[in-house]
Amino acid sequence: MVFTLAFRNLFHDRLRFIATVIGIVFSIVLVTVQMGLYLGFGRTVTTMIDHASADLWIVPRGTKCFEDPSLLDTHERYRALAISGVAEAIPVVIGFADWRMPSGATTPVFVIGSDLRSGGLQPWNLVEGRIEALSTPRAVAVDRSYFDRLGISGMGATAEIRQQLVRVAAVTSGIRSFTTTPFVFMDVNRARAHTGVPSSKATYFLIRLSPDTDLDHVRSQLMSNIPDVEVLTPAEFRERSRTFWLFGTGAGAALFAGALLGVIVGTVIVAQTLYSSTKEHLNEFATLRAIGSSRRYIYKVIVWQALLSAVIGFSLAALIGAAIVQLTAATALPIVITPGLIVGLFLLTVVMCVGSAIAAIIQVTRVDPAIAFTR
Amino acid sequence: MSRKSWAAGLQRWPHSGVSLALSGGELTLLMGPSGSGKTTLLSILGCMLTPTEGTVRVCGRSTDGAGPEDLALLRREHVGFVFQSFHLFPTLSAADNVRLALDVRGEPSRSAKVRTREALARVGLSHKTSAFPRELSGGEQQRVAIARAIVGNPSIILADEPTAALDGENGQAIMKILAGISKEQERGVLIVTHDPRLLPFADRVVHIEDGRIVREERGGAKLQ
Repeated sequence: MVFTLAFRNLFHDRLRFIATVIGIVFSIVLVTVQMGLYLGFGRTVTTMIDHASADLWIVPRGTKCFEDPSLLDTHERYRALAISGVAEAIPVVIGFADWRMPSGATTPVFVIGSDLRSGGLQPWNLVEGRIEALSTPRAVAVDRSYFDRLGISGMGATAEIRQQLVRVAAVTSGIRSFTTTPFVFMDVNRARAHTGVPSSKATYFLIRLSPDTDLDHVRSQLMSNIPDVEVLTPAEFRERSRTFWLFGTGAGAALFAGALLGVIVGTVIVAQTLYSSTKEHLNEFATLRAIGSSRRYIYKVIVWQALLSAVIGFSLAALIGAAIVQLTAATALPIVITPGLIVGLFLLTVVMCVGSAIAAIIQVTRVDPAIAFTR
Repeated sequence: MSRKSWAAGLQRWPHSGVSLALSGGELTLLMGPSGSGKTTLLSILGCMLTPTEGTVRVCGRSTDGAGPEDLALLRREHVGFVFQSFHLFPTLSAADNVRLALDVRGEPSRSAKVRTREALARVGLSHKTSAFPRELSGGEQQRVAIARAIVGNPSIILADEPTAALDGENGQAIMKILAGISKEQERGVLIVTHDPRLLPFADRVVHIEDGRIVREERGGAKLQ
């Protein structure tokens, strides 16, 4: 009967119920978008680190993120290779450059050069061409989502970077930059030429260890043998990059602020509608007390109302969230929703709605059953 | 507690005292002018209010020092209420309204349904179990309220102006039901009323003025 009473009370005033659900949906969709952006952003800013094949990264001291243009000397690579357990030290060169289209217009691109024979940091999700083709002269790989921006039509198209001809030899799908600047993959030596990095320099060295090597031991040796560098695990570099972009730039704080705002708005709306619903039904709650119900019984009715609102509101919000995920999947900043986020959002919805019921519960706690005789 | 006796004790009104006992099988009318304290006395007897002085004893249990939840428990176990405005839940059917009185005491669903049917049959509404209050006449709504009051087998039934919102015919029908319940089920029934047309149903009439019982009469039809 508790559930029946809660259900009937909830749907008795349809307008109020709709207002409650809208409040929940607005709140949860806002939180979903903010948290989905946070997750999507977090994945996007570390996509290169995630797709690099490395056990350790040697990075210039103070490197904040993958896009940091600081440089290492190549002799540090040989110091790394001299350490027992290091199988490979693959140089990676990155940097911004201007892409001159056939029409003459230019647009910035982000060059990523790696030793493609060693497979350090190669493009993935190839839809046209082969990785091996990037070893041929002038060959580059770009993502097909940037064809318009780069002023090209596809495989075989040509352009210039630093007055040097480049030719599209491979096309990828889904390699998007959160900065909207297209990635251009190429051989490491060509990358130096196109970004102006001297041949004695590299941005990173990707370290691959021999089988059964103690990672921590090699890491400590690298750090002691090579001054002015940091040696990071992929997880550490990933976290550092994410932290910089999300919190160093304030983007993450903005996303969390938006999520918090969503929670507050949702809680206030649900609290207000539950409170007014309880007030409207106060006479009934007084009657319930008069016929001998415990306070706990009445609390259950109110909490069930809150829970029902939560389930219905969350279900609608989830549908909208799924649609948003689909719509943003192909964009530069997709909204990512994980199973963990879904569970967390549901729990948040429940906590928000049940918490909103507190004001209503306090109100009904004060109801005097004797008022049943005065109405 | 025995159904034969239900003793309500003393409440000391300003300058006066009230002592009232209700017995099973007896229908008592509580009459008095507006403001005489009828509803307050009813609230005290019904364990909704506690007296500032004196004692209320329900089935041998004193309400002295009882908190709101203790009083609720006493109401749940021993008291049935019938209100002037029926106080049915508009979103529940007649059967659910009656069953609510059992649900608040944790009665299992199966036995609650059986007892609900029996209570509605007792008040002549077996054919209206699925009807909502808006689909019932005033008299029918009050019958549902009476069914709700008796379904839990309370020792005492307290009714506050149960016929005030009804026409004469329905009022008489309601009183017949309450009188029948009082006699057949040996419950104590106390009815607050202004209506002298209810006198023929009473075994006892208590007159109250300014918080004092000023007169008490017995005898049923003799009280007209």
